Amino acid sequence: MQFDQLLQFFLSGVATGAIYALIGIGFSIIYNSTGIINFAQGEFVMLGGLLALSFTELLKLPLWAAIPCAIAVSTLVGALFERLAIRPLRRPTPINLVIITIGGSILIRGISMLIWGKDTHALPPFSGEEPVIIGGATVMPQHIWIVGITLLLISINKFYFFHTISGKAMRACAYNRRAAGLVGIDVRRMVLFSFIISSAFGSVAGIIVAPLTMTAYDVGVMLGLKGFCAAIIGGMSSGMATVAGGLLLGILESMGAGLISSGYKDAISFIILLLILFFRPQGLFGKSESERV
Amino acid sequence: MLEVSGITQVFSGVTALDNVSFSVSKNAVTGIIGPNGAGKTTLFNIITGIYSQTSGKVFMEKRDISGFPPEKLAKLGLVRTFQNIELFGSMTAIENVMLGMHVRSAGGIAACSLKMPWISREERRVSEEALYWLDFTGISDIGSVTAGNLPFGKGRVLEIARAIASRPRIILMDEPAAGLNSQETILLAGLILKIRDLGITVILVEHDMELVMDICDRIIVLNLGTKLAEGSPRDIQENPEVITAYLGDDRE
Amino acid sequence: MAKFICFMIIVILAPLLFEGGYIMNVLVFAGINTMLAIALNLLLGYAGQISLGHAGFFGIGAYLSGIMTTVFNLNPWFVISAASVATGLFAFLLGFPVLKLKGHYLAMATLGLGIIIYIIFNETIDYTGGPSGLSGIPQLSVGSFVFDSDIRNYYLVWGVTVVIMLLALNLSESRVGRALRAIHDSEIAARVVGINTRLLKVQIFAVSAMISSVAGSLYAHSVTFISPASFGFNFSVELLTMVVIGGLGSIYGSFLGALLLTLLPEFLRGANDYDIVIYGALLMLMLMFMPGGLARGIPELLNRFKNSLKGSGNA
Repeated sequence: MQFDQLLQFFLSGVATGAIYALIGIGFSIIYNSTGIINFAQGEFVMLGGLLALSFTELLKLPLWAAIPCAIAVSTLVGALFERLAIRPLRRPTPINLVIITIGGSILIRGISMLIWGKDTHALPPFSGEEPVIIGGATVMPQHIWIVGITLLLISINKFYFFHTISGKAMRACAYNRRAAGLVGIDVRRMVLFSFIISSAFGSVAGIIVAPLTMTAYDVGVMLGLKGFCAAIIGGMSSGMATVAGGLLLGILESMGAGLISSGYKDAISFIILLLILFFRPQGLFGKSESERV
Repeated sequence: MLEVSGITQVFSGVTALDNVSFSVSKNAVTGIIGPNGAGKTTLFNIITGIYSQTSGKVFMEKRDISGFPPEKLAKLGLVRTFQNIELFGSMTAIENVMLGMHVRSAGGIAACSLKMPWISREERRVSEEALYWLDFTGISDIGSVTAGNLPFGKGRVLEIARAIASRPRIILMDEPAAGLNSQETILLAGLILKIRDLGITVILVEHDMELVMDICDRIIVLNLGTKLAEGSPRDIQENPEVITAYLGDDRE
Repeated sequence: MAKFICFMIIVILAPLLFEGGYIMNVLVFAGINTMLAIALNLLLGYAGQISLGHAGFFGIGAYLSGIMTTVFNLNPWFVISAASVATGLFAFLLGFPVLKLKGHYLAMATLGLGIIIYIIFNETIDYTGGPSGLSGIPQLSVGSFVFDSDIRNYYLVWGVTVVIMLLALNLSESRVGRALRAIHDSEIAARVVGINTRLLKVQIFAVSAMISSVAGSLYAHSVTFISPASFGFNFSVELLTMVVIGGLGSIYGSFLGALLLTLLPEFLRGANDYDIVIYGALLMLMLMFMPGGLARGIPELLNRFKNSLKGSGNA
């Protein structure tokens, strides 16, 4: 095995890992403020990509304008989802929440299939397709965009949760919902916020990955699950632990696909998922309560 | 009957119980009292296998039962009730009591699926005896009511009925009078004595001093994780250390 | 019991209504789905433990039957029972770590498990034929009598379904059924009354997997061709939908849910693409407005209707 080949696997693993991290953070934000694992998380990733495509192709918007529009629409769907499906639930037991979010997930997927059909679509890359050579490995400019945007979003996320009033309020909800309610934080609004933020994160992930892997109405399931794996590895943190989880997963997958078999690539993530759930349900990096948002 | 020996419990650096030892005699009502934060509930959770202690042992009739899970303790005849009442909310009162008899009935998945003749007989026996326990505890009127819809006081009695339906040797009650009005408390006191007269050893954690002094044969006082005193209700009432622990030291 | 005899008579007489035809074929699938829905319901509706990987157990039964009878030429009836035992054992061993998890984590773990099984079906091409499937699975036969028509398969599948249903009904009304519901209501209280919740959950998981495996074997022998696509995540979700629509914790409800969801796509023929939208919408609406499912929702509606008639009569 040559070094540059390994480096190649490593670098493309980092890019996919960054996507998983973004999706995983979406999971964590909702989980920490509500205790819900949102099974529809992956659908927002799908919506991001396909909406961006429609805004560029149908409305002929330039990419820089189409992207914010796509994020806005998917975020709106996320907010509606919370208001129409989660909030009215009479008995929000974990099982009912799993079922309702799965219901929402296939509904969104089904409607998307009616709108965009079953074909796969490609979004144009953000800045050309001229590969960059790094230490003998070729890297697409889109890879760099992915890593850059992920880093940017994570910093914004961190700033929001630690330096703004509403971010701090959400952290308070994560620690203790009742106490947060007692000091006058509108807990229901925070729940809505968490859905908005995480659908925004999901859609960004969907947009930046679309030029690389193509997109279709049913990409949400797998991407969502991989994101969840990342979050589980990171102990459901919405900070660096989940980013590390995503990167680890992306790199292992990319190495596994290159060195073992591409068919079993997806199985790798799920085996890791099961092992972590069985043996280290608190995440690979132990308890880092301070990062729980 | 039950012996607790050198129980210490440390929760992330905080010592909740420090080397607590005592023994409980058979067919008696023993009360465990103490100010808030004394470690009563922690001690209960250790004896009943909900928590596992940092060190120390629990013996039941000389047998080491430390660290046994609740389901195993139930089979050995040690059951408990909860301060916040843990009923099977979607089931009727009688089904709750029948579940109390789970350890005293037989039938696995295969036998039940095939509905062997003895399964039907067993089921009849269990439901008849469950009626007896509802009657014994004075709640035979609510047999077909869904447990989740019961008023708090009735729910508490039902939980006790469920516990004694297993014909335990020891029953631990965590604040049985909490949330009851004075009328209900009087009935509860009578019920506890009736249970003792069945030959069941009763241990209770309780804040209602009047109840404790009335029905307990022996009292153990915990304070700040250690055993402060032990004795008859009269001894305890006159113990100056106990009075200080409860009322604070006013003489300073 | 009267209810069950009525049910059996309906099952026996139903083919007379349709005189063979395409609908018989659909009803065969309805029988298989009923078995699967009952299996999942024992776990989800009674014990309150979710599984999003049941399509995997269904697939294991189907593939074991398919492979053992085509590649190794074993007796199909023997394989059906052996596969069921093997699947049960597999689920039993796996159950200990899996069912230690609760709620959302359990859902994700079973989902992951289902997907791993699905990937194995796709990748072990030498045995399973991979994504293009496994064909030439023999039809079942007793002596010279071959289950080679829809009507014969109907009676075969529904015969097994009726037996499984009876066993499940017995179980649900027994001491074990009560213990399962106790776990659902309060796991800690269940332990305190002496139920070994950990073991019972694993046992019911295994039983549920065994039933799913039998359903899979019957499926393989009646359609004679299987491919991984029938055993993926989407089918697990479809099973979940059947159980929820029929009613969590109702065996007859599982039958209603399975029947409805098997027939639905037939009524939507031409509007085929809408079925996924309808599943999603049904799942959500049901949970929000009729959380007891059809089995409890319909009698409730009828009652309300009766009362409102009475009310208007008095006015």
